[in-house]
Amino acid sequence: MNASRGSRLLWLGLGLVVLLVAFMASLGIGAKPLPMDVVIESLFGTLRGPEATIVLQSRLPRALIGIFGGAALGLSGALMQTLTRNPLADPGIIGVNAGAGLAVTLGFAFAGITQPYSLFAYSFAGALLTALLVHLISVKGAARPDPLRFVLAGLTVGAMMSGISSAIALLQPHVFDRMRFWMAGSLDVGDLTLVLAAIPLICVGCILALALARSVNALEMGVDTAALLGTTPVKTQAATLLTVALLSGTVTAVTGPIGFVGLMIPYIARWAVGPDLRWMLPFSFLYAAILLLCSDIAGRLIAVGELRVSIVTAFLGAPVLILLARGRMAGRAALR
Amino acid sequence: MTLLHRRTLLLGSLDGRFNARVQLRHVIVSSLLMVSALFLAVFALQLGTLPLTLDDIVSALTGRAAPRITMIVVDWRLPRITMALVVGAALGTSGAVFQSLIRNPLGSPDVIGFNTGAYTGVLVTIIVLRGDQIAITLGALGGGLATAIVVYLLAWKEGIQGFRLIVIGIAVSAMLTAFNTWLVVTGGLETVMSAALWGAGSLNGMTWSRAVPSTVACVAGMVLCFGLARRARILEMGDDMAGALGLAVTRARLWLMVVAVMLVAAATASIGPVVFIALAAPQIAQRLCRTRSMTLAASSATGALLLLAADAIAQHLFSPLSIPVGIVTVSVGGLYMLWLLMRDL
Repeated sequence: MNASRGSRLLWLGLGLVVLLVAFMASLGIGAKPLPMDVVIESLFGTLRGPEATIVLQSRLPRALIGIFGGAALGLSGALMQTLTRNPLADPGIIGVNAGAGLAVTLGFAFAGITQPYSLFAYSFAGALLTALLVHLISVKGAARPDPLRFVLAGLTVGAMMSGISSAIALLQPHVFDRMRFWMAGSLDVGDLTLVLAAIPLICVGCILALALARSVNALEMGVDTAALLGTTPVKTQAATLLTVALLSGTVTAVTGPIGFVGLMIPYIARWAVGPDLRWMLPFSFLYAAILLLCSDIAGRLIAVGELRVSIVTAFLGAPVLILLARGRMAGRAALR
Repeated sequence: MTLLHRRTLLLGSLDGRFNARVQLRHVIVSSLLMVSALFLAVFALQLGTLPLTLDDIVSALTGRAAPRITMIVVDWRLPRITMALVVGAALGTSGAVFQSLIRNPLGSPDVIGFNTGAYTGVLVTIIVLRGDQIAITLGALGGGLATAIVVYLLAWKEGIQGFRLIVIGIAVSAMLTAFNTWLVVTGGLETVMSAALWGAGSLNGMTWSRAVPSTVACVAGMVLCFGLARRARILEMGDDMAGALGLAVTRARLWLMVVAVMLVAAATASIGPVVFIALAAPQIAQRLCRTRSMTLAASSATGALLLLAADAIAQHLFSPLSIPVGIVTVSVGGLYMLWLLMRDL
């Protein structure tokens, strides 16, 4: 399944072009459609007025978090899937989203948080603590990192955390009311400063991910081989987990949980550019961003009053996954 | 003595028409689990706003107590405890069959989307159709069964393969979860909360009129499962070996799947989705029996014990607040799974 260098570069170039188009479309399409020249002039600050306000205040944060949020989800999915050698690994599956959800529920219920920034902090802390907890549980008493153990621990921790969240929410209707909206992830953040705070964190995550690519690649060959190749598996695993938590915790903090991008894009990446993380990561960055932006645009077009992007991604991603499961993956016995 | 529990008992009639190989350890473990479940049941009967003594319980069950006590024990507490035992056993059994069929510890009715589908059915019934209790039960059954059928058909490709089934189950569940989220965001707060309470799984307000049909359905399903158990164990040897031994592989797998799904359907329709029992009970049972193979009796006993304990906690731990049992099963079952994971896998 090793693609040639030329076709890999072609994929990346194509991705870059499509991403630019999607970005511009995301700024132009919506309840009030705007022509391209208006969008461009608003971006460069040469146009003032209500249309520029729409572009800069409402659509720009949305498009930016679409790009960087999507990229973060794609990268964390690619890292997790390669690290655990498990095509089902995804921030949602290893419980990170559930951990962020529990932290936010606790914040709503007991700390009475209202500020977006405190929401951000709670969600990030929840994601990070959950990732660490899952990691510690999966390596405790194990002679070597075991992917199946890891996914089982993640599923278990995730299920417990969402159970506790719903117990808290069900006892307090006002918490339940806020949680049901937060849990339906949306890009409609409407606050550029929040997005601008998230972008540097995501960039740090991306750099860490690229730096880790080689060691995680080695780890995919098996722990023993990886150790022979001069990496330290346990350290790699811990560093990767931190990166995943940073990436997915940040994006979840801003948008709420968005599923399927991190699960689906790495599949496509593996098919298009092969299993080498050094190629998979840039591919996932571009195409996950495209997927999230396009899903958001589709959500604006499909339904009156907008369909939330997490719902669109699920409906887009699930059939693709089903097709993949029926075709390409049929012979693959990745879960033992 | 140390080797005694490793003995295999060969049971059978002299003409060879009935015979069975039974591990002594399985028998001991299953019996111990069942006895503990019964003890716990008697203990749970005593718990409540009005604490009762063992004498009260015995006299109430034999009909010699004051009518008030009899009503509390027989009409209020007993149906709830019976349902906890029966539904727990049903979930444990179906989980064991699923995991054996899919040959994967993640293979449980939770994973192939049954519960999510049932929840979708209930949300549609409550939010869109505004149905009553019977409609809700039917909605849960319809939603769950339709989802299971869709997942099975989508996963069908010259037979069923475990990994493909799990992936497609996850995909379909994710889609339904998204649809559920959309319904939850659009509905009014009160209707949505009543649906969410169902979705958390609860034994609150259980009556005999609800418990009896569910019990009959669950017990029937379990009997069928035990009848098909031998086929499942042959399937565990691998399709080729099973075929060589004269088993119609595809048909056996289909029937086992149908019966296991029916069991979950009966359980979920009775008390709402109670996750984790079907996932955790077979795992716990396998470790107690020290085997990698399917252990139906031990799994069902573990399931019953787990659900009963969880319900007792749900009812009394935060008294007077009574939380849905599903939340406790997630926490208790989850903690136990984590402990197992940390110890060995």
